[in-house]
Amino acid sequence: MGTTIVIKNLTKRFGDVVAVNDVSLVIEPGAFLTLLGPSGCGKTTLLRCVAGLEDPDGGEIYIGDKLVFSHPKGISLPAGKRDLGLVFQNYALWPHMKVYDNMAFALEIQKLPKAEIRQRIEQSLAEVQMEGYADRYPREMSGGQQQRIALARMLAYRPKVFLMDEPLSNLDARLRMDMRAELKRLHHVAGATTIYVTHDQVEALTMSSQIAVMKEGVLQQLDTPECIYRYPANLFVADFIGNPKVNLLEGVANGHDAVDLGAFQVTVDCRGVAGRVVVAVRPEDIAISTEPVPGAIEFVAYSVLPSGADSTIMARLRGTEVLVKVSGISKIKMDDHIWLCFDPVSLNLYDKESGNLLTCPQ
Amino acid sequence: MAAPATAQEPFSLRLLAAWRRFIRWVTSAKVVLALIMLAMMIYLIIVPLYHMVATTVTIQEGDLRHIRGAVEGELTTYHWVRMLASPISKVLMYPPLQHSLVTAAGATLLAMIIGSIMAWLVIRTDMPGRNIINTLATLPYIMPSWTISMAWLVMFKNRTVGGSAGVYEFLVGQSPPDWLSYGALPIIVSSALHYYTFFFLFVAAALMSIDSNLEEAGELMGASRWRILRKITFPLVLPALLSGFIMTFSKVMGTFGGPNVLGVPVRYYTISTMIRSNISIGEQADGFVLAVVLMLMAMITIYINQKVIGTRKSYETIGGRGFVAHQTKLRNWKWVVTAVVVTFQVLVIVLPLGLLAYDTFMLRPGDYSLSNLTLHYWIGQSNPNIADGKLGILRDPLIWRGAWNSIRLSVLTAFFTALLGVILGYAIVKGRGTRLSKLIEQMAFIPYVMPGIAFGAVYIAMFAKPIGPLPALYGTFALLVLVSVAKHIPYSQRSGVAAMLQVGRELEEAGEIVGASFWQRFKRIIFPLTSSGFVSGFLLTFITTMRELSLIILLVTPATQVLASMTMRYIENGDDQMANAVVLTLVAIVVIGNTIISRFRGGALKKGLGM
Repeated sequence: MGTTIVIKNLTKRFGDVVAVNDVSLVIEPGAFLTLLGPSGCGKTTLLRCVAGLEDPDGGEIYIGDKLVFSHPKGISLPAGKRDLGLVFQNYALWPHMKVYDNMAFALEIQKLPKAEIRQRIEQSLAEVQMEGYADRYPREMSGGQQQRIALARMLAYRPKVFLMDEPLSNLDARLRMDMRAELKRLHHVAGATTIYVTHDQVEALTMSSQIAVMKEGVLQQLDTPECIYRYPANLFVADFIGNPKVNLLEGVANGHDAVDLGAFQVTVDCRGVAGRVVVAVRPEDIAISTEPVPGAIEFVAYSVLPSGADSTIMARLRGTEVLVKVSGISKIKMDDHIWLCFDPVSLNLYDKESGNLLTCPQ
Repeated sequence: MAAPATAQEPFSLRLLAAWRRFIRWVTSAKVVLALIMLAMMIYLIIVPLYHMVATTVTIQEGDLRHIRGAVEGELTTYHWVRMLASPISKVLMYPPLQHSLVTAAGATLLAMIIGSIMAWLVIRTDMPGRNIINTLATLPYIMPSWTISMAWLVMFKNRTVGGSAGVYEFLVGQSPPDWLSYGALPIIVSSALHYYTFFFLFVAAALMSIDSNLEEAGELMGASRWRILRKITFPLVLPALLSGFIMTFSKVMGTFGGPNVLGVPVRYYTISTMIRSNISIGEQADGFVLAVVLMLMAMITIYINQKVIGTRKSYETIGGRGFVAHQTKLRNWKWVVTAVVVTFQVLVIVLPLGLLAYDTFMLRPGDYSLSNLTLHYWIGQSNPNIADGKLGILRDPLIWRGAWNSIRLSVLTAFFTALLGVILGYAIVKGRGTRLSKLIEQMAFIPYVMPGIAFGAVYIAMFAKPIGPLPALYGTFALLVLVSVAKHIPYSQRSGVAAMLQVGRELEEAGEIVGASFWQRFKRIIFPLTSSGFVSGFLLTFITTMRELSLIILLVTPATQVLASMTMRYIENGDDQMANAVVLTLVAIVVIGNTIISRFRGGALKKGLGM
C-alpha cells in the first residue's frame, strides 16, 4: 500500500512574488515527507498546490499514476478528485455541525450506506481515542480534542494521501509532544503517503522519513532527517536545523588538511579546496575537557547555561565564540579555562561565496 | 522556472493548454457567480446610469419647441448650459444646490454632535442604564425619516401656506415665524434626529476598540482631560466620524421626504425636490442634470473622505481587543446624565409619534377642544363634509392594498437583496485581489451615490418599452421590486462581504477536498454560517424599503401605491390627519416586522449595516 507523489518543476506566483519556485520532488510510497522552512518559504503553498486548492503557474504533479496537474497540458483535477485528505492548521471543523456530522459530511457525499458511515466514524473516533464525543459541537471541546477530531475526520474518509498543514502549531508544548507520537503511530498503521508542513525543526526531525527544506520558494535539500542534520546541503539548512544553533566559523582552507579560523586552526580533510570557507560544527560534536589534552585548543568559558538534561557552554577565544553542548549539568564555571577538541569527521566545509557544502567528511 | 519546458511544446498544444486553463477559470464557482453579478449590475446599474447621462446631452422630444431646427436624439449642450449658465439656472440649479448643501452640512454636524456625545457617555462613563440607551438609539432609524418632519409641522405649522395652525400657536398664542415652521432649520433638525444613529453606532464601536491605556499614558504625562480628548481620543475616532459623515451627508443630500414636507410648501427647494418637480413636468433631461450634479457632490464627499481616511486608516486597529476600559466617573451626576439622555431619546421617538397620533384624532385641525376628538380618520364612514368624503383609513380598501403592497415590496426586495448580498460577498471575498472582484466591488457601490428620485426616473424611461429579455415593465409591481433591489445593492454588498469574511476559507476548502460540489458546499457550509448576515441584511432592507419614498415616488401607479407614497399624496391633498394616520400604520408595521425578523438566527440591524 502507498502512493508515489511526483512533483516536477512546480511554480506558483502571487503577483510578483514567486511562492514556489521550480520545485521538483519525488515522494516514495508510504513516506512521511515534511516540508520544513521559516514562514513565507512557500511550504504551505506547495501543499495547497498538491491538494488542488491553488492553481500553479507551471509544472506537473502526479499522485500515484494519475496526472492530477499539468500546466503544459492545461490539466488540473479538482481537489475532490485527487483522493487526498487534509488537516488544516486551524482544524477547519464546521462550527455549525456536531462531530458526527462533521465526519459524516464527506462520506455522505460519497453516498455510502448509513450503516457503513456510522461504523467508519466509530472506528475513526476510536483510533484517535475520542469515543463518545460524536454529539459534541466543536466549540464544546478543547483545542487538543478539536485537533483529534480533525484527524479523525480525515481518517474516516480514508484517503490515499494525508496532507497536514502545521496541525500541531496551535497546541501547547506538552500536548504537541503527545500528538507527535500519536501522529507517527497513525501514519505507521495506515501506511498512507503523508506530506506534513511545519516550521518546527524538532517536529520535522522526530516524525519524518524525508525532509524537504525550503527557503523563499526554492527547495534547499531533500533528504532523510539524519542526512539533513549531519550534512546540511548549504549554510541556510545548517543554520536552520539544530538547537542550540550550529557553530559557523569563517576561515581560509589550505587545500590540504587544515582551515585557518584566525583565532585558531582546525584539522580537516579539505579534499583539494583552498580559499575562503565556512566551517560548520554542531555544538554536541565538540569534545570538552577541563585539563589540557593533546590537539585540543584552550578557550575560556564565557557563559554556562545548564538546562537539566544538558548544558550549553559559550566558549571564547580572541573574539571567536563557539557553543558547546554537553550532557547533564556541567561543573564548569564561568571564566574557567577549557580545552575544546574538534573531530575532523564532524566538520562540514562550506564555500563562503555560494554557501554550498564543499566536502563530506565521509 | 517552468517556462522553458513550456516553450518547447508545439504551438497547438500550448493553445490547447491555455484554452483548458481558461475554461477551468471561467467555470469555477467564484468566477461564474462574479460574471453573473457583473452582467446583472451592468443591466441594473450601468445601463441606467448611461441612460441618465446620455439623456442630459441629447435633444428630447419636448425640446423641439424651444430649439429651432433641432432634431430629436441629436447631441446637445442645451440642457447643461440651461441648468448651469442661463438665467433660469438661478432658479433651478443654484438655490436648490445651496439649500441641499446647507441642510446636509447642518444636519450632519448636529447629528455628529448628538451621536458622538451619546456614544462617549455610553462607552466611556459609568452612567447607568446603558442597555436601554443602546436599544433606544437605533429606534429613530427604524422610523421613516420624514416622520419627525411631519410631526414638526403638527407642532410648528403657521399660517403662511394656509390651513390650520399647529400646537405651538395653540400653546403660545402666536403664530411661529417662517424660519421655525419651514425651510432650513426644521429640515436640519428633523434629519439630524433621524441620522444621529449612524454616528452613535460608528463612534461607539470606535471608542470600544481603543485601548484606554493610550489615554492613560497621556494622563500620566500630566495632560489635562480636555487635552487628552483633543490630542489622543479625537484623532483615534476620526475615521469613525468620517464614515458617519459621508453616510449622513450623502443621505441628507439625496433625501426627499423631509424637504418635500418642510421645504416645498414655501418653495424652499433642495436638489432632490427640484429633480422631482422637473421630471413631473416632463423636463426629464433637466432633472437628470440635477441628478448628475448631486452624484458628483456625493462622489466628491467620498473622495475627500478617502483622501483623509487613507492616511489614517492604520489607527483603526490600534489597541485591538483586550482593551482596558477606563471610565470617567460622573459621580453624583451619573443619574442626571442618564435621565437627560433617556429623556432626549424618548422625546425624539415618543413626541413625534404622539403628536402625529393626537393630530389624527382631531376632526377639525387646529381645534384642541376635547369635543373635537374623533376616530373618523381611522374608522369613519364616508362623509362628504370631511376630507372630500374619504373613508377612514382602516376602512379604506386602498389603504389595505397599499399596506399589502408595502409589505410585499419590502419582503421581496429584502429577500432578493439579502440573497444578492451572500452571492456578491462570495464572489468578492473569494476573488480578493483579482481585477474582476475589484470591478464588482466598485460597481456595486455606484447606486449609493445615485439619488433615489433620479434612479426611479431612469427606470421609467428605460422600462417603458421592452428591453433585452424583459417585457415593458412600466406600471408593474415587478418594476418597483427591480428598482428597489438595484438601489440596495451597495448595502447588500456591504453586509454580504462582512458576513463572508467571518467564514474562514478553510471551512469551504475542507468541503472541497472531500469532493463536495459548489452547491453542496454552499447549502451545507457557507449558507448556514452566513445566515445571521443574511437575516441582518434582510432586516435592514425590509426596514429601508418600507419607508423608501424618493426611489418609487415617480414609479408608483394607482394600482401599485405603497403606504409611503400614499402619505405624500395625502399631504399634497391637504389631508394631514390621514397622512399622519398612514405614517403611524407604517411605523407599526416596521416595528412589528423588525421584532419578528430579529428573532431569526441572531439577525441585527447593526450587522446589516456591515458592523
